[in-house]
Amino acid sequence: MIRMVARRLLALVPLVFLVTLLVWGLVLVIPGDQALAIAGDSATPEQVEAIREDLGLDDPVPVRYGRWLAAAVQGDLGTSLYTSYSVTDALADRLPVTLSLVFVSFALAVVVGTAIGMLAANQKGRLTDRLLTVTTSVGLAVPNFWLGLLLVTFFALKLEWFPSGGYVPFTEDPAGWLRSITLPAVTLATAVAAELARQMRASMSDVLERDFIRTHRAKGLRPATIVRRYALKNAAMPVITVAGLQIARLFGLATIVEIIFNLNGVGALAVDAVFDRDIPVIQGCVLLITVIVLLVNLVVDVSYGLVNPKVRAQ
Amino acid sequence: MTTIRPTAAPGAGEQPLTDRPESPRQRFVRRFRRERPAVVAFVVVVLVALAALLAPLLATHDPDTQVLADRLQAPNGEHWFGTDDLGRDVYSRLLYAGRISLLAAVQATAIGIALGVPLGLAAGYLRGWVDVVLSRIADAVMSIPALLLALAIVGILEPDLTSAMIAIGVVYAPQFFRLTRASTLAVREETFIEAARSVGGTSRAIITGHVLPNALSPLVVQISLAMGFAILFEASISFLGLGVQPPDSSWGSMLGRSTRFFEQSPHLVLIPGLAILVTVLAFNVIGDGVRDSLGREIRRPTQ
Repeated sequence: MIRMVARRLLALVPLVFLVTLLVWGLVLVIPGDQALAIAGDSATPEQVEAIREDLGLDDPVPVRYGRWLAAAVQGDLGTSLYTSYSVTDALADRLPVTLSLVFVSFALAVVVGTAIGMLAANQKGRLTDRLLTVTTSVGLAVPNFWLGLLLVTFFALKLEWFPSGGYVPFTEDPAGWLRSITLPAVTLATAVAAELARQMRASMSDVLERDFIRTHRAKGLRPATIVRRYALKNAAMPVITVAGLQIARLFGLATIVEIIFNLNGVGALAVDAVFDRDIPVIQGCVLLITVIVLLVNLVVDVSYGLVNPKVRAQ
Repeated sequence: MTTIRPTAAPGAGEQPLTDRPESPRQRFVRRFRRERPAVVAFVVVVLVALAALLAPLLATHDPDTQVLADRLQAPNGEHWFGTDDLGRDVYSRLLYAGRISLLAAVQATAIGIALGVPLGLAAGYLRGWVDVVLSRIADAVMSIPALLLALAIVGILEPDLTSAMIAIGVVYAPQFFRLTRASTLAVREETFIEAARSVGGTSRAIITGHVLPNALSPLVVQISLAMGFAILFEASISFLGLGVQPPDSSWGSMLGRSTRFFEQSPHLVLIPGLAILVTVLAFNVIGDGVRDSLGREIRRPTQ
């Protein structure tokens, strides 16, 4: 078990290395003079020169990458070009917001998604199944920023059940935290819940048609027991794989949800940085979130091994 | 996309009466026509595309003319979908914005295909170090959350529609790459490839003449799904104000500038949102229908 985790962790190293190469390499794509692009049109030649000096733009590319990587490994992701705050500090400030949002959404999506999928599989071909299938198709297609706006208007402005935006830290006020995170989490979870429901429906209805299930039925076991004790374990495998892949999607979509609900998370930071073309901040956001996604996927992989004896044996 | 037009083959829908076995395309058309939702979705996409194409004919007003006296009107006889905060006709703007939304999605998907498919063919057919290097790069790109990567690319280039489409295309490329590579790997071991090689076919001729046509089916499914997601992506980026720039507008940017007026004029938010929802849904349903109508092995078991 520990050896498997260690092996997976080691396998991540080259991938993370490549990601750093890509994230850093983005600056090479900036059209024209980088220093000029960063400084903006109104900068004086001295300012441009200062930026060039600052970023060491006259050094060869591998040297610049090596310098950046060495600092990044030590937790120094550079300084924002505009506000001169440390990128690492800014990320540390905002990470709890994004993590709360993503993990609450993920939990919500897994619970609701698998429940809908199982219900649809059990009712396959009937009206309930059709309605749920239509619902999940709509859930996949609905633009989440639009859904967020509708939810805010209805539940925050009209009914006033939830705040329309802002974040309350969990440590300050757990109940307030839950209220502040509910609407954003529902918004973010919708697409993922729909995806998981579709997977669960396909996987569960496949399992329910197998011979061993028929045997259990012939033995006289109650359908609910069959689903819970025997079918679910088998049906869960492909769903867990898909769930792992959804983590990245949640972190991506979280950016726009954070903007709508005025949550100061990493995604909102990234969007602001894109507006300002604040390259170090963009790089820091992308790198941090990607590393987190990879680590969470590792956890999902390991949990897959716990559930599935076939993988565990290797 | 034109190859899946259900009207292409006459007499489809019934079993062919001749004893000649039906061609794969005929079989596909016959199956696809049985996928009711997919056929409906196909009609929806055709209608949306026509509406965008014929926008100048269908529009009742100039989409950019501001009549400030008529601002924020609810839908009425003169303005079918009301007017926006500058008194522009929402119905006419929706048609023109649809052009940009659809065109952006087509271009983004095309960029994804242009990058992903040739590299996928190369990796799958040549294998060796080419495959290793390209596959690892694809893994790395795919491990970065898509919207975040797209935003980062927009931030590096310049916030406009072209950047947004390049960004979405780059995000898609690894998906097309993986799919093409996988089908190429599968086809490559077939005996007809060996036969082509043994009669002296060059790699290039074998790839374009034999491998590519056989790897095409899963690509068609992916293209339909990619179109749907590209519309969502473009809408998200333009909603944030980082995509299409005024005076042009897409469904996403129409939504973006009208959120402030939601309470006064909900139609400004509801209408473009529904346009996105319906179009994306249609592309997804087509994708599902095509997948279920294709090939032997990737078909859904029994309903």
